[in-house]
Amino acid sequence: MLKSVLNNLSNLFKSSGDSGNIAKSRLKLVLVHDRADCQGDIMEALKNDIIQVIKKYVELDGDLNIEISNKIASDNKNDSAVSVLCANIPIKKMRKVSVN
Amino acid sequence: MGEVIVITSGKGGVGKTTNSANIGAGLALANKKVVLVDADIGLRNLDVVLGLENRIVYDLVDVVEGNCRYKQALIKDKRFEGLYLLPAAQTRDKDAVSPEQMQKLCSILKEEFDYVIIDCPAGIEQGFKNAIAGADRAIVVTTPEISAVRDADRIIGLLEANELNNPMLILNRLRLDMVKRGDMMTIEDVKDILSIDVLGVVPDDEVIVVSTNKGEPAVTNLNSRAGQAFNNIVNRILGQKIEIMDFNRKDSFFTAIKNFFKLKKA
Repeated sequence: MLKSVLNNLSNLFKSSGDSGNIAKSRLKLVLVHDRADCQGDIMEALKNDIIQVIKKYVELDGDLNIEISNKIASDNKNDSAVSVLCANIPIKKMRKVSVN
Repeated sequence: MGEVIVITSGKGGVGKTTNSANIGAGLALANKKVVLVDADIGLRNLDVVLGLENRIVYDLVDVVEGNCRYKQALIKDKRFEGLYLLPAAQTRDKDAVSPEQMQKLCSILKEEFDYVIIDCPAGIEQGFKNAIAGADRAIVVTTPEISAVRDADRIIGLLEANELNNPMLILNRLRLDMVKRGDMMTIEDVKDILSIDVLGVVPDDEVIVVSTNKGEPAVTNLNSRAGQAFNNIVNRILGQKIEIMDFNRKDSFFTAIKNFFKLKKA
């Protein structure tokens, strides 16, 4: 009896009817991936352009790895998922460049 | 010159055929000349939903293969003046028709009819390509479930890649009780995710099961909520501005308290 009341209490504070929002945020994540997958050639072009820019300043060690991923941005007021472009750049050493 | 509208969804079982039947019947009730084309070759169902299954002689494949004139294959619905059905073949598969043949058929049909409504099969393969080939615009049907909305998103992308821009959405089988307690995505949620215009929202309604059992489109039953929803959709297709009913999610905390006491009592 006590257990069931406690269970109900915990359900109350878990805001039991929230699966609609869960569905929405899960769906948003899935769709970012789905939509990004459709544009493989664009990702490749973006990657090549980024490499060109970075090479001016940095000597790369191996291949550049970029992908679109999703995370909850901390400064996002709605706490909703946003897509983030992540680039993993293995650096060998910085180039000596003069900036004027 | 009429308009060819394809009704599609990606996922199966979300209500393409029911929506096709009701939109077709509704347009006919509004004094339009309408032909419903069942493009789901091999799995035809529009005939039973409309209650016309006993009257099929020729089908879509017979027409494109030239076994009959297209007028011989059209079944006139005696209950709705101006409504015709071009049934799918049941014993053939999707490859029996090509997109070019469908395009040609649609251009012939829209000479004679105000609306050519194409009921698209589920999936994104040959049957989908055939169904959209001759279309001027598209209606995407989805339910407020993750899987259906995901597939709708894919379909919208494919439609736009095929130059069927600005498809309209029908959100089918919305359960107001579940939306109110926060356990179902709202109209706004789905609209926001798919970023397309909503043509209509059809509440989940037992009337649909009953009317399908009988082979009578629910759009004639204006006492039912689903019937009203289909009627609104038809009027929006005809260009009228009708507000979408407002089914916003209620305060989930209040609902939670209510449920808490309900559970305790039980």
